[in-house]
Amino acid sequence: MDISTQAVQLGLYWDKRTGAVTMPIYQTATFKHPGLGESTGYDYSRSGNPTRQALEEGIARLDGGARGFAYSSGMAAIANLMHLFRKGDHLIVTEDLYGGTYRLFEQIFSQYDLSFTYVDTSDITAIAQAIRPETKGLFVESLTNPLLKVADIKGIAALCRERDILCIVDNTFLTPYLLQPLELGAHITVYSATKYLSGHNDTVAGVVVVKDPVLADKVYFLQNSVGAVLGPQDSWLVIRGMKTLGVRLDRQQENAMKIAEWLQSHPKVQKVFYPGLPEHPGHALLKEQARGFGGMIAFEVVDQSLVQQLLLKTNLISFAESLGGVETLITFPEVQTHADILPEIRQRLGINNVLLRLSVGIESVDDLIADLAQAFDSNRLGADRGENK
Amino acid sequence: MKFGTRILHNGHEIDPFTKGLSIPIYQVSTYQQDSVDHFGKYDYARSDNPTREALEETIAHLENGTRGFAFASGMAAISSVLLLFSPGDHLVVCEDVYGGTYRVLTSLFSRLGMVVTFVDTTNPDNIRAAIRPDTRGLFLETPSNPLLKITDLEAAAAIAREHGIITLVDNTFMTPYLQRPLDLGCDIVLHSGTKFLNGHTDVICGLAVVKDKELGTRIRFIQNAFGAILGPQDSWLVLRGMKTLKVRMDESQRNAIAVADWLTKQERVTGVFYPGLSTHPGFEINNRQSAGPGAVLSFTLESLDLTKKLLENASLAAFAVSLGGVESIISYPAKMSHASMPREEREARGISDTLVRLSLGLEDSGDMIKELNLLING
Repeated sequence: MDISTQAVQLGLYWDKRTGAVTMPIYQTATFKHPGLGESTGYDYSRSGNPTRQALEEGIARLDGGARGFAYSSGMAAIANLMHLFRKGDHLIVTEDLYGGTYRLFEQIFSQYDLSFTYVDTSDITAIAQAIRPETKGLFVESLTNPLLKVADIKGIAALCRERDILCIVDNTFLTPYLLQPLELGAHITVYSATKYLSGHNDTVAGVVVVKDPVLADKVYFLQNSVGAVLGPQDSWLVIRGMKTLGVRLDRQQENAMKIAEWLQSHPKVQKVFYPGLPEHPGHALLKEQARGFGGMIAFEVVDQSLVQQLLLKTNLISFAESLGGVETLITFPEVQTHADILPEIRQRLGINNVLLRLSVGIESVDDLIADLAQAFDSNRLGADRGENK
Repeated sequence: MKFGTRILHNGHEIDPFTKGLSIPIYQVSTYQQDSVDHFGKYDYARSDNPTREALEETIAHLENGTRGFAFASGMAAISSVLLLFSPGDHLVVCEDVYGGTYRVLTSLFSRLGMVVTFVDTTNPDNIRAAIRPDTRGLFLETPSNPLLKITDLEAAAAIAREHGIITLVDNTFMTPYLQRPLDLGCDIVLHSGTKFLNGHTDVICGLAVVKDKELGTRIRFIQNAFGAILGPQDSWLVLRGMKTLKVRMDESQRNAIAVADWLTKQERVTGVFYPGLSTHPGFEINNRQSAGPGAVLSFTLESLDLTKKLLENASLAAFAVSLGGVESIISYPAKMSHASMPREEREARGISDTLVRLSLGLEDSGDMIKELNLLING
């Protein structure tokens, strides 16, 4: 069955009693036991909640894993996985990593003697060279944030398996609809479900999928023990959002391709990063391993003053953090999503003061291009937009 | 202003924008920004959400703290706050701590290099004796779960302060209505908001409150970086639940006192643990440091058969895990709340196979006693 069909089927007809088509929201903390030592399968909602479970089972199916887990945020999901490691363990990590993940690793987990080496994971040789005897994990973003570098998940997963390293893929930018890392050999996928999976900019959530049932049991133990679980209302909203995952992404990448091409031809743009463009270094690889190129674009403008102009003078496109929603958002990675990364590292990676990130939504692409065009042409840098409303 | 008024009128009861008499549920992940140089107060909902913030400020206000934090569960609150400690840090923890807390301490934080000593904290001398040069935290529950042991918070906090140690108190059983540990010199209050604060057995939630601003900044950093936050719908439900905290607790506590009195007179009941009984060893201390004994009690029965009969046939009290709801809940600590504690550890703490925990709800105490009588003596 196609992923988009499976996504629509999420949580359907679970409720046998009423035959309700959608998943009920089980806003309950605990469950009555039929007898001593007996359970309905549900004891306490931190341990298991039917609504959350529908989401967890659904994402596991979409991703081809043994088991899925839903958390209160993408960061909570990643933080939980870090408990799989022990003092002294070393991890290899994508260098142009999401700032929140970088902060979690450097400012929280490094104090517990986990060490991290940041490499360009679009270069598999760089990964192989970074492996040390104590390397126990690899954390890679399948499509990086914000520079959209492409990792060879198949090659990386094979390398990890050969060297007995846990391969964790943050697949937030692509989703299982476009790329299935577990099918390519990765052990674990992790998502900020806040983004494309939920897709409506209305929920903060994280999801993990584990391929191997034994490893999945370990992750379940961690999820239940730490307790950073997703509530039933938010679980339901993610399920609801995922039903339109296929149509949303189809439209988003169609729009992204057109916008990327338009940006390329714009005189005030000096560089466009979008893997759908044939000259993008990861284009061929993504074409081979994935179903599409996603809806994220990064681009450099020719002059710093244009940054402010684009952020504040767009009318349809909102200046806000986050991505992957039906509405198009524009962000300035240097001061927003990647502010926690050291300035010298940011500079080396190319996260500079002329780089903007666009999360393309499902609006009509002509309107989006017209909005960008008028913002580029607008020289009036007067009052902030908020005051105009 | 009295507590009953403060839970309804604390500055977070009205929507500042529309003046609606209930805070809106902000089901949003991100916020539009107006300026490149100065972001608005809200930029991303993991960091800040107005609905969650209303709950956080309300609990901070009720606990007489400066800052509150809402988490995805009580365990998420405890796990996040424990990240304040570093490898090699030693913690002194009350011995009959909740099984879930025991589990994270002994199987997760131990792997990160934290060391824990469990002691009977009902005697402050035991706390003093357990303190080592590397001790950084003292973690208490009073009344404890499930044996309702009482620890003298003022004395314990004073010892901790003397040694430069942070005192953390799980105040789940009491709520700020009955006990305010920050006023007694403790540093961090933790809650499973799932229990009495929310009170309707329909939300999983955790809360933390601090008095010290610097400590607040550190927890805020962890909350945002770790991301184990509470969602807006659940935050709103807890705010809603807390509006009736006082009336619920008053009634549940009255019921608990009546049931505890009755239980002490039953031959087949071999022990009753409830700090509202004058025979309870912590009775005096609890009266001094709190406004009541709460609504949770536990008791032991003469046989395992009778224990099973009671648990499986109870109909007014649901046989389930959790506590603190409007519905009474009867549970079996050995197999439920403390199942994650090894058997020998559990028995050493008095959590035997005939121990039953009862959380009294709002059912009429006469009906409850009638049913207990039928099941225990019938």
